[in-house]
Amino acid sequence: MKRFNSKRRIQGGIVTTATKRLRRLLPAVAVLGAGAIVLAGCAGGSEGSDGEGTGEFTYFGQTENTTIIGTLESLAEGGCVDAAGAAPLTADAIPGANWDQQLQLLAGQGALSNMSMAAGTPSLMKEFIENDQVVNISEELEKLGVADKILPAADSTLKALYDSEDLYALPTELNIEGFWYNKTILEENGVEAPATWDDLVDAAATLDAAGVQPFIAAGQDGWPVTRLVGNYILRDLGADALQKVADGDASLTDPEYVAGADAVAALGAEGYFGAAPGSIDYTTAMNQFLTGGGAFFYMGSWALGNFNNPEENTIGVENIGFAPFPAVEGGAGDINEVPANAGIPVMFTTQDYTDETAEWLKCVVEGYGDTALAESGVITGFAIDEAPSDLPELTTLVQDTIAEASGSVLWFEATFTPEGTTVSQTNGGGLASGTLSGEEFMQLVEAANEG
Amino acid sequence: MQKLLGDRRAVFVLLGPALLLYTAIMLVPIFWSIGYTAFDGNAIRGFEFVGFDNYIKFFQDPTAWETVGFTIRYALIMTLLQVGFGYLLAMLYIFYLRKSSALIRTVVFFPVVLPTVAVALLFQKIFEAAPTVGPVNVILEAIGLNSVDWFGQPGASFAVIILMDLWRSMGFYAVLLYAGLVEIPEDVIESARLDGAGGFRLVRSIVIPLSLPVLLSAIIFSINGTLKVFDTVVALTNGGPGTATTPLTLYMFRTSFNYGEFGYGSTVAMMLTILCLLVTLVIFRSTRRDPMKG
Repeated sequence: MKRFNSKRRIQGGIVTTATKRLRRLLPAVAVLGAGAIVLAGCAGGSEGSDGEGTGEFTYFGQTENTTIIGTLESLAEGGCVDAAGAAPLTADAIPGANWDQQLQLLAGQGALSNMSMAAGTPSLMKEFIENDQVVNISEELEKLGVADKILPAADSTLKALYDSEDLYALPTELNIEGFWYNKTILEENGVEAPATWDDLVDAAATLDAAGVQPFIAAGQDGWPVTRLVGNYILRDLGADALQKVADGDASLTDPEYVAGADAVAALGAEGYFGAAPGSIDYTTAMNQFLTGGGAFFYMGSWALGNFNNPEENTIGVENIGFAPFPAVEGGAGDINEVPANAGIPVMFTTQDYTDETAEWLKCVVEGYGDTALAESGVITGFAIDEAPSDLPELTTLVQDTIAEASGSVLWFEATFTPEGTTVSQTNGGGLASGTLSGEEFMQLVEAANEG
Repeated sequence: MQKLLGDRRAVFVLLGPALLLYTAIMLVPIFWSIGYTAFDGNAIRGFEFVGFDNYIKFFQDPTAWETVGFTIRYALIMTLLQVGFGYLLAMLYIFYLRKSSALIRTVVFFPVVLPTVAVALLFQKIFEAAPTVGPVNVILEAIGLNSVDWFGQPGASFAVIILMDLWRSMGFYAVLLYAGLVEIPEDVIESARLDGAGGFRLVRSIVIPLSLPVLLSAIIFSINGTLKVFDTVVALTNGGPGTATTPLTLYMFRTSFNYGEFGYGSTVAMMLTILCLLVTLVIFRSTRRDPMKG
């Protein structure tokens, strides 16, 4: 008990007063607080490691995309068999829902795979580029002598997307977007493929009166609806309209931009997107269209994989037509400016980039285009050596449209911050169900994009 | 025993490893995160010092206030309903079912053990409006009303979230409060009845005061849990429509990991911590009793 005679003793036990306890704790708390600020300040920024290969070629992708991994596996046994011998292919995948998040975490830990699907939001890719996380593909391809295998259209789309002078991603897809329609439904109701936006609205009214759902859109994912907003703006104000917003020369809340959102909100208010569009996800929407649940389906040409699959497609592949996004009367844009994107391209990371990885890069660039087209019917941004003779009709249609396009335009959220993209996509369903007006939508997106 | 527990060194050796682990895993990240509130950036592009800017941003951010409003509304309504219904169920077990209450208790408790995501999917299908119409909308249409897009409207989504969580947690609070009610001596109730106390008077003057400690513990437990709701909301509505059903936890998660702003995200987390602290303090102050009287 001798130890405790410095403290007060009252009935029931030994007690220390609050002030004495505080005095003892105060220095400790102060040290911890200072340490916290110092720790937080010093943290952050990834440290690159030396290029010691792991002896493997690692690929990290989204589970929903089976084309890339399938093509890589074919290449590993075909054109890339030598590269695969030196560094065997090891693949990993996660669902695409939190893709950007996962990439950020891995990048922060320096744990990105050799090759992985790129970030979905261009602004995140720009962060990777600025922080030397991704390989400069243009330089590497020059060194490897295969720079001419990338199609100019894909090259310019990707450079515009990431606002960079060099290529930082491979165009494993080259997609165009537009309205795919059910030919039978249109014929039965005497509707023609629309050439202008007003034609489209009239067609929707006719179809709605006949009891057919005019538009199918995945309101839960949001982007199929916001694509329509972006494309209307580009048709109305010209192909550089959204870049102006990104540069700060215009605002999404300007009346001429709100007109785009209003046009789509008007469709939603009339119920042209069906009941509860905010609950329809991508797979459900695809299924709806392919089982004859509606007339017009705005989608990209990556869906050809689903259209050409007889198990999924019950309306028949010859029954699907393609109409480019209609022109807006009096608008500065052109119906031949096709909305195009490179899907989610693939990037090579500077982490563990060795000669074996470079070998893989070379043989992927040489063989990917042919293999993907032959096996999956997917159109890529790589030059084709031997065009298969039995291409499906829709694939040829898409290739022709790409060839004849006067230019390409990017999508609505292409130049937005991650926050702007998320808010835009989470509120797309509101536009389609008529609960959000065009003005409200644009205000939400503009606020999120600035902040 | 006194010698062992009184010996400082022994206490230190016994507690030391666990305390070290706790400090490293729990305390260090908490303080690190508090440090982040003064910075802006993420793991890829590094951090820059911004002082109090994040806090000022929080107070001027309409979405942040919307989430605070939702969090408080959800916590209050949920606690009221959860504990209320739990209490009613517990009284049902004690006064009406008595011996046969074991089976009912188990059945009502069962939803508590179900995984949240499974229950959320179940409720999504029950309240579905497209592409096929779920049971609730079928019933609405059968009685002549229009089917409602439950997840497309903020009010309706809120109602579905409350309903789902209530169904899940009612049984738990019923069992918890049952344990407290069972302690009330039979003879006290008997004598009250003999004095002529009817049902409601009995509850108000005898049952509630005698079960007050357990009731208060249940309320504190409930408020703490509901202020930090995350999995229910993400699984059912993902914060939608828009940000109408986004609690502070989901907003913090999105800001940090989707938008890549660790600084602002840490600030939102800090605000949530302060909210929880305030609520806990208020509850403890209002229930402070002299430990000598109990």
